[in-house]
Parts: sequence; structure tokens; C-alpha cells
Amino acid sequence: MLKFPIYLDYSATTPVDPRVAAKMIPWLTEHFGNPASRSHAYGWEAEKAVEDAREQVAALVNADAKEIIWTSGATESNNLAIKGAAHFYQGKGKHLITVKTEHKAVLDTVRELEREGFEATYLDVQENGLIDLEVLKAAIRPDTIVVSVMFVNNEVGVVQPIAEIGEICREKGIVFHVDAAQATGKVDIDLDRLKVDLMSFCAHKTYGPKGIGALYVRRKPRVRLEAQMHGGGHERGLRSGTLATHQIVGMGESFRIAREEMAEENARVGKLRDRLLAGLTDLEATFVNGDLAQRVPHNLNISFAYVEGESLIMAVKDIAVSSGSACTSASLEPSYVLRALGRNDELAHSSIRFTIGRFTTEEEIDYTIKLLHDKIGKLRELSPLWEMYKDGVDLDAVQWAAH
Amino acid sequence: MAYSEKVLDHYENPRNVGSFGKEEEGVATGMVGAPACGDVMKLQIKVGKDGVIEDAKFKTYGCGSAIASSSLVTEWVKGKTLDQALDIKNTQIAEELALPPVKIHCSILAEDAIKAAVADYKKKHEA
Repeated sequence: MLKFPIYLDYSATTPVDPRVAAKMIPWLTEHFGNPASRSHAYGWEAEKAVEDAREQVAALVNADAKEIIWTSGATESNNLAIKGAAHFYQGKGKHLITVKTEHKAVLDTVRELEREGFEATYLDVQENGLIDLEVLKAAIRPDTIVVSVMFVNNEVGVVQPIAEIGEICREKGIVFHVDAAQATGKVDIDLDRLKVDLMSFCAHKTYGPKGIGALYVRRKPRVRLEAQMHGGGHERGLRSGTLATHQIVGMGESFRIAREEMAEENARVGKLRDRLLAGLTDLEATFVNGDLAQRVPHNLNISFAYVEGESLIMAVKDIAVSSGSACTSASLEPSYVLRALGRNDELAHSSIRFTIGRFTTEEEIDYTIKLLHDKIGKLRELSPLWEMYKDGVDLDAVQWAAH
Repeated sequence: MAYSEKVLDHYENPRNVGSFGKEEEGVATGMVGAPACGDVMKLQIKVGKDGVIEDAKFKTYGCGSAIASSSLVTEWVKGKTLDQALDIKNTQIAEELALPPVKIHCSILAEDAIKAAVADYKKKHEA
């Protein structure tokens, strides 16, 4: 039995795994103590739960639990990492480097620092969505203090060469921050090996709850940050605020499950993605966005030429997916990520991101393939551009009256 | 986005989709919009010897409102003279389909498509 709409938007958020939810509930009702209460058993048990979860999060990324700081999510982690490091190290220089395809939580944070007087370079990516290491090297200046590159892109799922970037930054003594919100449970992360100084995580893209995240802060060699949130001195003064025990327990459990099951899960999900890929690239004039090899197994981002983005989304309302088209929000600005990959506005508008997950079935994938075949066919039947393409008209040579 | 029942109906069951043969007698074409702007409408009218629009067909690349606006226009122009067709105003289209303010441009484009098709007919037949 299919349940509609079919959820294929796991990179937006995932459902909380029932095993995770079950672990969280007692920490709301029964064991409600404040982990910072040192004078009684309610506090002690909550503190133990928080520390156990910290171990679980650290274990997934091969870090030391002492290097994990709880936050409210990856947006906060990105803010704390980038602003915190920029503010602490501004005596050394005021130049930051990031990438045009980063998440807004990174881009807007860097923009804010520019308003404060920092300078920033936004690196271009190649057509496959990956950064060119030579371009990065060329952008580094004597006053560069922070480089921020995401592990996995949220729209096209490409995996950036984090190990190589880490080597470059370490050699130059530059703090390297990685937004890994989309990476946990999808790619192996070994912080013992990677020369990454700061890494952002969140729970809700890895079958944990929303509203909880973490920041990895390297101890050897030590990285210093200026706190952004001040108060009771929680999390070694880096992030004050009463710890949300139930959320933290949920994140710990979700990362424990990810560590134990990711190999098997990624193999299964990858097969479903490849089935979807084969079923959709079957259609004429479709283009996969982003490198297919250096990519997480659950992401497929495809542009369907000669159909318009919003009508495409209307046509596929039986499935819950994300679109590269921003038409629905009354703005005509298409995905900046796809534009950075060199896609023209039309192809950026007519793209769909499918992200598959733990609860996706083969039946759902097959339904999706059939649905897209029907609807793309219907919309192309309706499209004057498709007709012109079939007649051999070069659409780029047509003089369109802009309106 | 919440669409009106009428937009959804035209989107689900567009009227008069297609193209006339290029050589057919009395056929004129109006193509307006641009792919980069997200809408292209092609409206074709077939005008009888008496100057009345006998038939109309359309193809549209665009959002649901653009598809509905052009589908509606093919119904409205049929049976009208060229001058009567030119009297169709975007406000009537927007009102009939209950288009939200951000989609008014779709109705303007549909009006432009009528004008372009009529102009094409006049160019071919008055030259």
C-alpha cells in the first residue's frame, strides 16, 4: 500500500526513527532533570545521558567526546564556527574563503562578517559541482584565516574533497570548517585522519529530532573560538544554555544507529537511487545535475528540459520532492546552486531533487518513475519549446521578446 | 500555492492543445514570452472567410496559471471576429480564473498572445 504523497525529500529532513523517539520520551517525562544540576540524582542521571550521547556522536565521526559541543542545529554550529573563529583569529588576518554552492547558513554568516569588515572570497565550482583545488590554492592569501567548505551539497549531493582541502589549510595554518549536515550516515567521516578543525552536525537529517546539533572543535592542534551565546557557561563556555536532554539523547541514538547501519543502508538506498536514475534518464532531454561518482548514494537531481518548473511541481504532487524552481515563492530566482554549476535558468527551474531514505521502498520508486514518464510526456505535449526542439529549431538562436 | 478550481481544471484538462498545419488556410500564430522568464505561449487562430475565428489551438510552457490562461483564451476567441477577440482584456482572464496577484502576468501574456496572433493574421492577409 502506497502512502501519498510519497516522501522523497530526505535531504530536507528525515522522520525520527521510531527507535530514536522511544529513547527520547523518558527524558521528557520521567528523567526531566537539568544536566547542570550537580546537587541531586535528577541532574546526575541527565548529565550521564548527555555524556553518553556525546560519546555516540563522537564515535560516528571518530572524534573525542570532549571535542563535541551541543548546539541547536547545523545553522547555529555554522554561525558559531565561522563567526567564532573569525572573531578569535582576526588579529592574524581578516580574509575568509567559502564556496558559491554552500548552504545559506554559511553564505549569510560570511556576508554578515563582510559587513563587520572582513573580506571574503566565494569560490566557483566546476560543472560537476566540485571545487577545483587549484582555484582554492590561488584564492588563499597571507591574511586568510578561515576556509569553510561543505562536506556534501544539499541540492546536488556531491562530496567535496575534504581530505585534500584539509591538507592545504593545515599547511598554511588556516582554520578549516566543514558543514557536514548532509554527510552524517552517508559518507565515512574520520576526524582522526581528516585535517578538519571545525565540523557542523545536525540530528534531523540522520533520523534524529529537529532542534539539536553539534559542533566539533578540534583539540589537537587546538582551535579557539569566541562564543556567540553567553550565559551560564555551559559547554565549556562555548555555548551557554540549558542542555535539551531529550533532544541530545535523540541525536546520540540516531548517530549510533547511523554508525551501525550506514554501510548496509547506503547499499540499499544506492540501489534504489540507481533504479530511479535509470528510469528517469530513460526520458529524452534530461540532465543529471552534479557529479554522479563523487556523490552521496541517496541523492538524484535531474533537470527536465522544455517543461517549466512550477507546472512540473504541480504535476507531481503525488510525490514530496524539492524543486530548483523558486517560482512558487513568487520570486523568479532559480536555484543558485544549479546556476553555479553553469545550468541556464530554464534547466535550473525545471529541476527536481529526489532524496531517498531509510523508509523508501522499491514500489515507491517504481511509482515515481511511472508518474514522471506520464507527466513529463503530458507537459511536453503542451510545450511549444518541445515542439520547436523536435522540429530542429535552435532555441538559443530565437529572438525572444523579454517581458 | 493554492490555485482556484478553474485554474486546476484547465491545468488538468487543457482545452484545444495542439498546432495547426503551417500551410492551413486562415491560420495565424502568436508566440509571446521567453523561456528565461518562465513562460512561452503559442496561440494559433484559424479564421474563416467571414472573418470569424473558427478554431484556436495553444501550446504553453509555463506555470499552471499560464497554462490555464492560454487554455481559457482558446475557448473565448472561438466564434469571435478579430476585433472582438482584441477586446478580451487580461483583467477578464484574471477574474475568470481568480488568479492571485503574483500570477497576473500570466493573464497579460495571454492577452498579448491574442494580439500577436491577430497581428500575424493581418500581416499575412492585408499585405
